[in-house]
Parts: sequence; C-alpha cells; structure tokens
Amino acid sequence: MTRFIVRRLLSAIGVLIAISVLTFLIFQTIPNGDPALRLGGRLATPSEIANIRREYGFNKPIYVQYVDTMKKILDGTVVSYSQGINIDDQIRRVLPTTLSLALGAGFIWLFFGIVFGVLTAITAGRWLDRVLTVLALIGVSCPVFFLGALVLYYLGFKAGIIPLGGYVPLTEDPWGWFTHLIAPWLVLSVLFIGFYSRVLRSTIIDTLGEDYVRTARAKGLSNRRVLVRHVLRNSLIPIISLWGLDFAQVIGGGAILTESVFNLHGVGQFAAESIGRLDIPSVLVIVMLTACAVVLLSAIVDVLYALLDPRIRLSS
Amino acid sequence: MAIDPVIGGPAGDLSTDLAAAPAEGDLPPGLGPYQLAWRRLRRNRVALSFGALFLVIVIACLLAPVYADDVAHTTLSANHITEKIKVDGKSREVVSLVGIPIGPTWHSRFFLGADRDGRDVAVRLFYGGRNSLEIGALSMLITVVLGVLLGIIAGYFRGPLDGVLSRAFDVIWAYPPVLLGVALGAVLNISGITVGPIALHAGSLVIPIMIVGIVYVPYVAKPIRGQVLGLREREFVDAARQQGLSHLRIMFGEILPNVASTIIVFVPLIMANAILLEAALSYLGAGVQPPNPSWGTMISEGIREIPAAIHLTLVPGIMLVLAVLGINVFGDGVRDALDPRARVRIGRR
Repeated sequence: MTRFIVRRLLSAIGVLIAISVLTFLIFQTIPNGDPALRLGGRLATPSEIANIRREYGFNKPIYVQYVDTMKKILDGTVVSYSQGINIDDQIRRVLPTTLSLALGAGFIWLFFGIVFGVLTAITAGRWLDRVLTVLALIGVSCPVFFLGALVLYYLGFKAGIIPLGGYVPLTEDPWGWFTHLIAPWLVLSVLFIGFYSRVLRSTIIDTLGEDYVRTARAKGLSNRRVLVRHVLRNSLIPIISLWGLDFAQVIGGGAILTESVFNLHGVGQFAAESIGRLDIPSVLVIVMLTACAVVLLSAIVDVLYALLDPRIRLSS
Repeated sequence: MAIDPVIGGPAGDLSTDLAAAPAEGDLPPGLGPYQLAWRRLRRNRVALSFGALFLVIVIACLLAPVYADDVAHTTLSANHITEKIKVDGKSREVVSLVGIPIGPTWHSRFFLGADRDGRDVAVRLFYGGRNSLEIGALSMLITVVLGVLLGIIAGYFRGPLDGVLSRAFDVIWAYPPVLLGVALGAVLNISGITVGPIALHAGSLVIPIMIVGIVYVPYVAKPIRGQVLGLREREFVDAARQQGLSHLRIMFGEILPNVASTIIVFVPLIMANAILLEAALSYLGAGVQPPNPSWGTMISEGIREIPAAIHLTLVPGIMLVLAVLGINVFGDGVRDALDPRARVRIGRR
C-alpha cells in the first residue's frame, strides 16, 4: 500500500511539472508576444527595452527562462509582466472570494446531486424520475453566464431581491457576504447538480444489476440496507471523485464564468484578465495552483479507491 | 460479445424477477439488441419530439441564407441603423436616438428585433447557429474518437503505456476546461498556428473546434479506461484470449461493445458540452471572433446591452438552451432504449 501511495505521489509531481511546461510553451508560441515591449510601454527607447530584456532574462534561452520563472514561483517572489506587482499578494487577495464561492456551491451541488440521483434511480421510469430528469437536463443545458445574467437582471435589477454582483468579505459583513454569494452559489451549482444526478442515476441502475447485489438480496437483506450499504456505497465512488476534481477546479479559477458574470474578482476573473494581458507568470501561478489542487485531490481519490475497492488494489 | 445482456445476461432489477421480461412479448422473437432499441426509442415520444426540435433548429440554421433573402430581406451584416419600419401601423426607428435597438416585432422584418448596429437578430441567430452547431458536432467527433481509442488502449494494456496515457489525461484534466480553452484560444486567436502543411489563421473556426475537441478527451477516456480495467479481468475476455484472438479483436470486438452504453451516454453529453464550451469561450473573447456570429458571441454582446435590450441576451440564450436541451433529452432517450436494464423497468411500468 505504501508503495502504491509513493508511486502515485511521484507521478503527481511529474504531472505538475508537465503542466507548468505546457502552460509556459502555450504562451511562448505567440509571435510578436515579446513581454519586454509590453513592460516598456509605448514610449520606451530601444535601450530601455534592452535593459528590461536583460533584467527579466528574456534574452536567455527558453529553458533557462522557464527554470528561473519556476524558481521565483516556488519562493514566492514572482512578479507579473504587465503590472510589476507580486503575484502571491494578488492571489492572496482573490483567493478568499473563490474559496467562499467554492465551499458554498460545492456543498450545495454535492448534496442535491446525490439526493436527486438517488431519487431518480429508485423511481426510474416513474413520474418523479421524469420530472427530476427533465429539470436536470435543463440544468446541464444552461450556460452559466446566461443563467447568471438572467438572475442578475430579473432578481437583481427588476425585483431588487439580490445585490447586483460584487463580493463582501465574511469578516466585514456576514449577512452581506451571504446575500452577495447566494445567487452565484446556486447558479454555479445548477450545472453540477444536473450532471451529478444523471451520472449517479446511471451508476446506481448499473450497480443494481451486479451479482453482489443479487447475493445481498438473496440472503434476505432489506431493500433499504441493500440500497445504502451495497449499491450506494459503490455508486458514490465516481461521484466523490468527480466532486474532488470539480471542487479543485473551482478553487483554481474554473468558475471563471460565474465569477465574471457576478463580478466577484476571484481567482477565475484574475485568470481571465491575466490571459487577456498574456501575462505568463500570473497565468503560470494560477495554473499551478489549480493543478496542485486537482492533482492532490485526484491522488487522494486514487488511494481511496484502492482502499475501498479490493479489485483495484489487488490488480495494481 | 460473450455476455449478451439482452438475451441471457443478468438482466438487472431484482425486485422483479425475470418474469418481467415477457413485457416485450408483443415483439417477434429473434430481434437483435439494436432493433429492439430502435423499437423502444420509437415509443419514447418525449425523446423523439426533443430530437425533432433539435433537427428543426439544425434545418433552420442551414436555411439561414434563404431566411435572410426571402423573409427578412437583409443580409448577415447589413445594418439598418437609420431606418424606420412599420410595426402594427406605427412607424418606429430600428435603433432609437439614444441607441436602444428595437425589440422583437414578430413580423418578417426584425422578427426577433435588431441589435445596436441595426442588424436583424433572427438572421444573425440562424447564421450564428451554423457556427455553434458545426463546432459542437466536429469537436464532439474529435473528443469521442480520441477518448474511446485512448481509454480502451490505456485500460487494456495497462503497464507503462497506461502510465503515460493516464498522466497525459491528468495534465489536461487538471486544467479547468474553460481556463485551458481560454488560454489556448487567446493565444491562437492572436497568432494563428502552423503545424506542418496546415496553417490556421487567427479567427478561423478550426481553432475553437480543435480546442473544444481536445479539452474534453480525458472526460471520455478516463471513465472508459476505468471500465476497461474491470472488463479485461472478466471471463469472456479470458475466453477470447484462450481462443487466440488478437489484442485488436479483443479490444474492439469484445470490450468495445461492453462500454457502448458509456459511450452512448457520453456522445450527447459531449456534444452538448462542446456547444456550451464554445459559447463560454466566445463569451470570454477566446472562441468565435466577431463579426463572425455564434450563439456564444451573440449572448456576450447581448449581456453588454443589459438592461436596455434584454432580447439580445434572451434570443440567442434561449435558442442555445433549446438546442442543447434537444440533444440532451434525445440522448437520454437513446440511452434508455439501448440499456437493457432500463428495458426491464420500462416493461414493468
């Protein structure tokens, strides 16, 4: 088991390195994307540009630049190309917003995803299943930014029930924090609830056909016990791993659409702005943050899988 | 297929016994699983009508030039910003003096209103749909073909090949799809890209197609790999191996049919998500580039006009939701029809 965990962690580090290289290369493919020109501004003289180039190391080979940038990211001294501000400070400024968004929404979508998934599976083919399935399908069919814009227009602008976007820190005003976040939470959750309940419904129905479920019933266990202990326990595995991934992605800026439509200034909006400015260090930091969260959670999920499911443990 | 669930497999639901199976007794014996599925699908009116809805949208978008010429009497980008039109006997400006465009007139001209430049929204909606649907369909093909192929290979061979492929999936998977799409889209739309003999210009539709296609590959490949890992240990694979079948035959003749239900669940989901991702990228300025319309670019242009002209958001948004919903509901019906376990349940109802 220890060997399995160690191997999993080592490969996780490999993935992290691969991700950082990939991101660096994506932004290096831009011709005319010389960051020195952007840092210098419009009126910079050629000698000033040359100075900037030397100072930031843009004249060095690309792999040296990569290693230098990564070093700076790791010791927290990295500075953005476009504004010259320390990126760690920036992240520290936007992270609480995104964490608030992710925690609330993550709880809502996991809870309702499981509830709707179980309900639709055990009532498969009946009216409750039909209604919830249609709702789930409408949920997965709505673009977040469209839904968000409509919620802001009808509930915010027309009815005045919710504030028109923005974020209030929890420490300053807990009620304001809640009212500013309730709409983003729900809007962000809608898609995931629809998706999770569909996946869970299909997994549960598949699991109901497994031999061990037949065995459990044959030895006289109650319907409820079979469902909870045998079916649900197995069917939840893919849901939990999906949740870990989605949650990690939301923290790492995956809620870019929700954040920009509700003007939340979280990691996602910061990412969008940095990409727009082709600011490689900022994008690298955000991507590394996301990747760390995702890789870590996916490694944890893999280990949990192996612990929960002897079939996987024995074969690997 | 060694285990054919429709004929002799462990047909699921244990609260009913196998006596539920003759619910299909009105069918002539000896039909294959796909014929049975087709019969079941034909009886699912909801799925069929949503499928038909999607088809109507596709046809409407294909007929965009005809609509522009013969109904709206305009073109994709002609602007009528200074014109006046008659609506119910009253003369109204297409775009008012303060810059608010006319809403839906429900007449042949400006049926769904105009935008700020005085362009006909309905015409742009159908032209934009062509782009959105083309991107959705082609990138879905890329995703499903690559995802299934790589997933089966990784799960079947395991070992180092699986290690490399799985880590590659992890690399893409670790990126939030929208973030990766925006990064690629922003860069490619500035510079274009040249790969060997193929040169893509900035603003080309192929860029969003490729991006959307690649971003979702792990979402198909990983679950397929997981399933194949389990399937390859099953008796029917052992049996096939004993018979001396080649790896290729086992992978695509024995294992592929057993993951078909997963693939079928994924095809509509991926197509729907591809259309949604295109819209998201366009909303963030990294997808289809204006003035080329797509539903995503239209929604994002519309959101900027809120609250003065909500119809600019509602029209493309509702169209997008209807198209995606059509795919999803129809896909759900196909899945239910093909899934033999669902059959037992439908039979019982």
